[in-house]
Amino acid sequence: MTEFFKTSGLAVGYNGKALIRDIDLALERGGVLTLIGPNGSGKSTILKTVARQLAAVRGTVAIDGSPLSAMSAKELAKKQAVVLTDRIRPELLSVREIVSLGRYPYTDMVGRLTAEDRRIVSDALALVSVSELAERDFATLSDGQKQRVILARALAQQPELLVLDEPTAFLDIKHKTELLCLLRSLARERGMTVIMSLHEIDLAAKASDLLLCVRGETIAAFGTPDEVMQKLPIEELYDLKKGSYNAAFGSVELEKINGKPRVFVISGNGFGIPVMRRLQRERVPFAAGILFENDVDAAVAASLASECVIAAAFEPITDATFERARALMLSCERVIDAGTPIGTLNGHNGKLIDTAREKGLLSEY
Amino acid sequence: MKRKGSEKAMGAGRFRAVILLLFVMLVFALILNLATGSVRLSPREIWSLLTAGGDASTESIILFNVRMPRMLLAAILGGALAVSGFLLQSFFRNPIAGPFVLGISSGAKMIVGITMIFLSGSIAMSPAVMVAAAFIGSLLITALVLLFSQKVKNMELLLVVGIMVGYICSAVTDMAVTFASEQDIVNLKYWSMGTFSGKGWDSVVTAAVICLPAVLASWLLSKPMGAYALGEGYAISMGVSVKPFRIALILLSSLLSACVTALAGPISFVGIAVPHITRRLLKSSRPVLVIPAAFLAGAVFCVFCDLIARTVFAPTELNIGTVTSIFGAPVVISMMISRRRREA
Repeated sequence: MTEFFKTSGLAVGYNGKALIRDIDLALERGGVLTLIGPNGSGKSTILKTVARQLAAVRGTVAIDGSPLSAMSAKELAKKQAVVLTDRIRPELLSVREIVSLGRYPYTDMVGRLTAEDRRIVSDALALVSVSELAERDFATLSDGQKQRVILARALAQQPELLVLDEPTAFLDIKHKTELLCLLRSLARERGMTVIMSLHEIDLAAKASDLLLCVRGETIAAFGTPDEVMQKLPIEELYDLKKGSYNAAFGSVELEKINGKPRVFVISGNGFGIPVMRRLQRERVPFAAGILFENDVDAAVAASLASECVIAAAFEPITDATFERARALMLSCERVIDAGTPIGTLNGHNGKLIDTAREKGLLSEY
Repeated sequence: MKRKGSEKAMGAGRFRAVILLLFVMLVFALILNLATGSVRLSPREIWSLLTAGGDASTESIILFNVRMPRMLLAAILGGALAVSGFLLQSFFRNPIAGPFVLGISSGAKMIVGITMIFLSGSIAMSPAVMVAAAFIGSLLITALVLLFSQKVKNMELLLVVGIMVGYICSAVTDMAVTFASEQDIVNLKYWSMGTFSGKGWDSVVTAAVICLPAVLASWLLSKPMGAYALGEGYAISMGVSVKPFRIALILLSSLLSACVTALAGPISFVGIAVPHITRRLLKSSRPVLVIPAAFLAGAVFCVFCDLIARTVFAPTELNIGTVTSIFGAPVVISMMISRRRREA
């Protein structure tokens, strides 16, 4: 593997004091590496060190084989561009003027743009779809537009390595997904290597080739998203107590209401999800069943139901499972039928509904 | 491609139009300045005197030895002050920074005052010595303000600190005056009121030799200044060596404002008001455009202010600082209010 970006024995921190040490990373050209971890864990400190805004406490960072410390300011500026979290508030500068600043390492002493520079600037504006804002005063843009202009400036620098600190922070869902798709296509089609930090762990897992979990004094986990999620559950990385994270869907559920179930939800095939979320919001402990282990409702019930009755996938529900569900149901104050159709394999759920109706437990959702 | 070409032409066209406008205004102001005064000279007379060269006539002496050096000095120092303010604004990334409000002019005044009082016996107070003294004073106070700026991130608060530092410098100057001889007091009073009057060609030469290269050097820093406007992090990432750049900015700004203070006394508000008006005219804050335009605009502003200072209550003259304050301070107030509104 050719390692375009590599750190060895890197320790980062302020004033010569290491906050995080033993950072050993390797990333291929055209790879996307995302740093995840709780607030204040040191993601920005690592990124600042990579961008040489902060001196490494120990160890080295190398880009394309040459150590960061040996590069001149201009060399580095041609290799690497950054998107920082610093708010920029220039007065009376148009979008085009700001993006043109990205040509800094390539222009002459007074910063005159050649026709080629101008073309690159226009391309960068088009890539993040802000061409129509080109002549607007930057100060009049929305936060989302500003963020895209700042990315366009970085792209105009034509970097081989793009470093972004929380680039999605001010963006809505549309622009978040657009930005990440753009980064993916830049990485795949133009071989641009991307290192960034994200707060959206779901998007991070979907958009990255490699994830780096930052927590504590050393790296908590580093590898492909699958490896990392297996090794270090997100709940553990973020010390998540009031909720859970579903790695398969990248979805987050709020905390499970524990306790003796008061409601039994007969569900399946996704019909139970809105019922279960509503009970969670009303802070009612509930049980769910009978769910096949491969049902989407089962995934949500695992996060939200205080108890659930699960049946093996692709098999008819056994009598033993039915009896367990019936006993659990009869211990509840009421029963909700989520409306799941009853077919050949889940006939037992139909029997549960009948029983609940007989006993006067069935209530409307 | 065609559209891009026209966009470029539009930006450049606006710059050319602004420069042309300022240049015409400057020429008009200069002619007006040469013509008006206790002895009125018609443009025709001025022209014939200029083409004939100097002679012994009263008109010729007034033109060549009184009005011309005074007017040139006002133009050069006005431009220098505007550029000095713009450099400080770039340094602090804030358009309300300026040598006067940050106390830097008062610092220059203090050291010049002390030099006049305690050293005038041993060294001749040539314009160059005055500039050197003012430069030391400027750097001293700039260093102090920078020290504060590391603790105080809020610009408004830094301005309050600057104004207070200015008062301290004035107090020290007043204390020094207590020990001064009659003649020194007269000289100091006359100088510190701020005026372009009574200055000879030696002052003009000193101003030109210091300010014009310093303005040129400032213009050559336009490229890193533009990048620095996005913040230190971005500037570093584009390849700006921030430390030497910041030092160069401070040295040039101090040198320019020191030169003004030494040769004409403290002049207020030009450093903030003129760059502000220039940016509005250009509709851009790109240093490569603003610096030359601000220099011209500063020249126009000060030449007009000087004209007003010496004609409105003639034969009594106003301080130049009085006139620049009357025109400059409202601009600064309106700027601060509109900024507040935009940030809210």
